[in-house]
Amino acid sequence: MTVLDVEDLRVDIRTPTGRLPIVRGVSFTLARGTTLGLVGESGSGKSMTALAIMRLLPQAADVSGAIRLHGEDLLQADETRMCRIRGDRIAMVFQEPMTALNPLHRIGDQIAETLVLHRDMARRAALDEAARLLDRVGIREAQARLSAYPHQLSGGQRQRVMIAMALACRPDVLIADEPTSALDVTVQAQVIDLLRSLVDEFGMALILISHDLGVIGRLADRVMVMYGGAIMEQGSTKAVFTTRAHPYTQGLFAALPGRGARKGRRLAAIPGTVPAPDALPAGCPFYGRCPRGQDVCRDNPPPVVEIGGSRAACFFPGP
Amino acid sequence: MKFPRAAAIMQRPALAAGATITLLLAMVALVSLVWTPYPYTDMNIAMRLQPPSARHWLGTDQFGRDILSMLMAGSRNSFAVGFVAVGIGLGIGVALGTTAAVRGGIVDDVVMRLADFTFAFPAVLSAIMITAWLGPGAVNAIIAIGIFNIPVFARLSRGSALQVLSRDFILAARAAGKGMARITVEHVLPNIAGILVVQATIQFALAILAEAGLAYLGLGTQPPNPSWGRMLNEAQTFMHRSPWLAIFPGAAIALAVLGFNLLGDGLRDLIDPKLRRARS
Ligand SMILES: Nc1ncnc2c1ncn2[C@@H]1O[C@H](COP(=O)(O)OP(=O)(O)O)[C@@H](O)[C@H]1O
Ligand code: SF4
Ligand SMILES: [Mg+2]
Repeated sequence: MTVLDVEDLRVDIRTPTGRLPIVRGVSFTLARGTTLGLVGESGSGKSMTALAIMRLLPQAADVSGAIRLHGEDLLQADETRMCRIRGDRIAMVFQEPMTALNPLHRIGDQIAETLVLHRDMARRAALDEAARLLDRVGIREAQARLSAYPHQLSGGQRQRVMIAMALACRPDVLIADEPTSALDVTVQAQVIDLLRSLVDEFGMALILISHDLGVIGRLADRVMVMYGGAIMEQGSTKAVFTTRAHPYTQGLFAALPGRGARKGRRLAAIPGTVPAPDALPAGCPFYGRCPRGQDVCRDNPPPVVEIGGSRAACFFPGP
Repeated sequence: MKFPRAAAIMQRPALAAGATITLLLAMVALVSLVWTPYPYTDMNIAMRLQPPSARHWLGTDQFGRDILSMLMAGSRNSFAVGFVAVGIGLGIGVALGTTAAVRGGIVDDVVMRLADFTFAFPAVLSAIMITAWLGPGAVNAIIAIGIFNIPVFARLSRGSALQVLSRDFILAARAAGKGMARITVEHVLPNIAGILVVQATIQFALAILAEAGLAYLGLGTQPPNPSWGRMLNEAQTFMHRSPWLAIFPGAAIALAVLGFNLLGDGLRDLIDPKLRRARS
């Protein structure tokens, strides 16, 4: 069952010197109980895609396309409607658990607030539910921890609190933007396991954003490889990870230390750097860093080709 | 927000001095409501222009009124002006400043240009103009001083609010479905409260000074209501014969301004590292 259907999503940011294309025609569908991995180097437009879905882009951003949640186009929804949807039907977990919690509020209150807001719960009942949620995300002595302030928790615990907040209303879609990137390797693994069991238990759809192929490989059913604001390759995790049809996907794998996807490793650099949004070629964004690049790639948008169950946007795809 | 403990205050001499002075003055003002050595309006020509003595600790003025009693009564005038004028500036200024920060765009432009415009006039000069136009009197003086506190708080709260708004927990709060009005009240205001309290303390000192200035010029509090500024004015004629007439109200004004400034600076030192830690 399709929960979220994103069609030709485009984001431009207005700047004094012109419009920057940040997201350039992203389309995908997301089914209930599945995880979509969004992978790509830093600056590829992953977070902007997520914020576009939440309708939380900066004021200077223009969005077009369609973002259908159970058929309702969120780009047509007004702010009042979005406030109802955010935190209730779509929730988000951010990269920095250190800063995503208000330092002045107790964590119990911060979780309970969401329930009071969307579920009209009484504060007492909401706090009880907050304790259950904390317990579910693996915080020990949850009842006592309700009155803790964020600075009294470790990074991993804070991320668990963020996840508990996001799950409070049992959303249809959870977007996790680099949820483990700021954590220690062992804590990373625990949080990934937690997310996996929560997806199974709650039946929600998860969009997992990471620059780490290892994290994506462990959690995602489908993968979307993003670069320069566009999708380079997408398909089932199995197909994308085995076929590696797109030269950029190959670059990401080649940059992994050792063979295959190992947990907790950061991507070593593909030669060259991610171009600024205003320095992208008219054709394939990867042109300039791609070992297979030809003149045709520079000036023309590459066709989408299906190879081994994976769809790659490239003139010269294949292993 | 969490307020500092008493022990932390006493470790800072400037803060301790400021807190002591302002507390003392506040107590004097409160006491003056129920008791002064003499009724501050009582004239006694036989006792005019007495130097400080056991009967009149700070002497008497040209009508034989007790200076200490007048100073005590004057302190509550200063406090009242400070509270109301700063309250006007704080209430309207913070509302405008945070709205500008949250809404951005045209609202921001309009509010900030207005603030710039008001700010461009020297405050005391404008207060003189306003009271000259509205007519002299305590209420008009308070309004005039209050108006010039508005841009101070509007700018400060806009700048601090923008800083808070750029923090991740605001995005997280929006992602949880909170509207901007609620986020402003629940997340922005508590996080800028400390800095506003500091500024309010300093503006309090300025308000006391401005009121004294207006009263000195005869534009502020009118007789028989007591005012330190007017006492200073009335002292002019007898300055050479009876210098205490000017010295005591002058010292009172200086002490109040010093006290509130020390308190403000001390609070800033106390609160700033906390804000910085929360921000990182
Ligand atoms: N407020 C902004 N104004 C202009 N450009 C921005 C802004 N925020 C992000 N960008 C640009 O958008 C691009 C995509 O950023 P982002 O979505 O954060 O990438 P990712 O999450 O994949 O690392 C980057 O080139 C970044 O420089
Ligand atoms: S289209 Fe050309 S430049 Fe782009 S990835 Fe394919 S081969 Fe490389
Ligand atoms: Mg990002």
